[in-house]
Amino acid sequence: MHELAVTQNIVAIVSEKAGKQKVTRVKLEIGMLSAIVPDAIRFCFDVCAQDTLLEGATLEIEEIAGRGKCKHCSEEMQLSLLAGTCPCGSRDIVCLAGQELNIIEMEVL
Amino acid sequence: MCATCGCSDDARPKIVNLQTGNSVSVLSDQDLDKGHHDHDDGHDIHSHSHDEHVHEHTHEHTHQHELQHTHKQSTTITLEEKILAKNDLLAERNRGWFEGTNILALNLVSAPGAGKTALLERTIKDLQNEFSICVVEGDQATLNDAERIKKTGCPVVQINTGAGCHLDAQMLAAGLKQLNPPRDSLLFIENVGNLVCPALFDLGEKSKVAILSITEGEDKPVKYPHMFRAAEILLLNKIDLLPHLDFDIELCKEYALSVNPKIKIIEISARQGSGLNIWYDWLRKQIRR
Repeated sequence: MHELAVTQNIVAIVSEKAGKQKVTRVKLEIGMLSAIVPDAIRFCFDVCAQDTLLEGATLEIEEIAGRGKCKHCSEEMQLSLLAGTCPCGSRDIVCLAGQELNIIEMEVL
Repeated sequence: MCATCGCSDDARPKIVNLQTGNSVSVLSDQDLDKGHHDHDDGHDIHSHSHDEHVHEHTHEHTHQHELQHTHKQSTTITLEEKILAKNDLLAERNRGWFEGTNILALNLVSAPGAGKTALLERTIKDLQNEFSICVVEGDQATLNDAERIKKTGCPVVQINTGAGCHLDAQMLAAGLKQLNPPRDSLLFIENVGNLVCPALFDLGEKSKVAILSITEGEDKPVKYPHMFRAAEILLLNKIDLLPHLDFDIELCKEYALSVNPKIKIIEISARQGSGLNIWYDWLRKQIRR
């Protein structure tokens, strides 16, 4: 359940940036290949936000689809797993998108 | 018990130095005074929230009222911050320290029971006259693994992660302070047995060493691709049991290479010693690098 540790990080970072302002919304970007389950983050968020500046804040999560590029033939492709095989037969695929784990913005009062 | 996240004192990460018997918390005293998740922060703001005051004030407070009713505009602030930035930063500090002290740090990751501790016991026994070796043990609870390592004569600290399912860079930094490994040495970090979470948390190690025992099933690399993708080397352990199992070793290698075409795979038996010379040669090469 590393989502709990990840959510604690989210609350800590946002609290620090908010200073003393109340946070009403937090927007995250989570890649579909990041090994993080967005629903688990949502579950942990309300608990971790309790008694902090983030209590009651809305959590928005934008999920980023996986995208890769073959290092052999430079073909770009969708990735549903971290591993894949290019139509050219190569398995040397570099992940271009889908591993994001970022806090994009917050809304404060 | 903490009402916010349900953690108790037992659930907090702590470190036991097997040489001195000292036990310390991963968090500094200051952090503990403050409340470990900063739960106390922001209380004064909450107690003055506008909604709560609206209907309570009498007319005598008209002026104050007007002031308090002024609606603040919400502001959107762009952060663009990595969620694991703090861990990554601490990991880089660890990495810098390892470079400065010429310590080769390897992060051993596997499912529980794959044979990490047995591999370490054997490796220490075979190489301790060649290199100075230290170990950081990570488990949710007990000193069992550290006690096993201590018997080899090797300096060891145990990190008990409590509720945590992985080691993080802060825990390792605190463990290193206790362990104080010498310059020009080899440091093995035995992570919590878990094929998911440790892949996400950089500790500052030079490489991750994945261990997969052949009793686990050959499809583990594709079931847990993050871990096998993050590892530089894969040790297929308990190879001595091959005659008793239906394990398809070539298929397992195929799966591992499909998630990580660069991964180096070595078949070993930590118990019987087969394949260990190749593992030791790999270690020697890393140290010389």
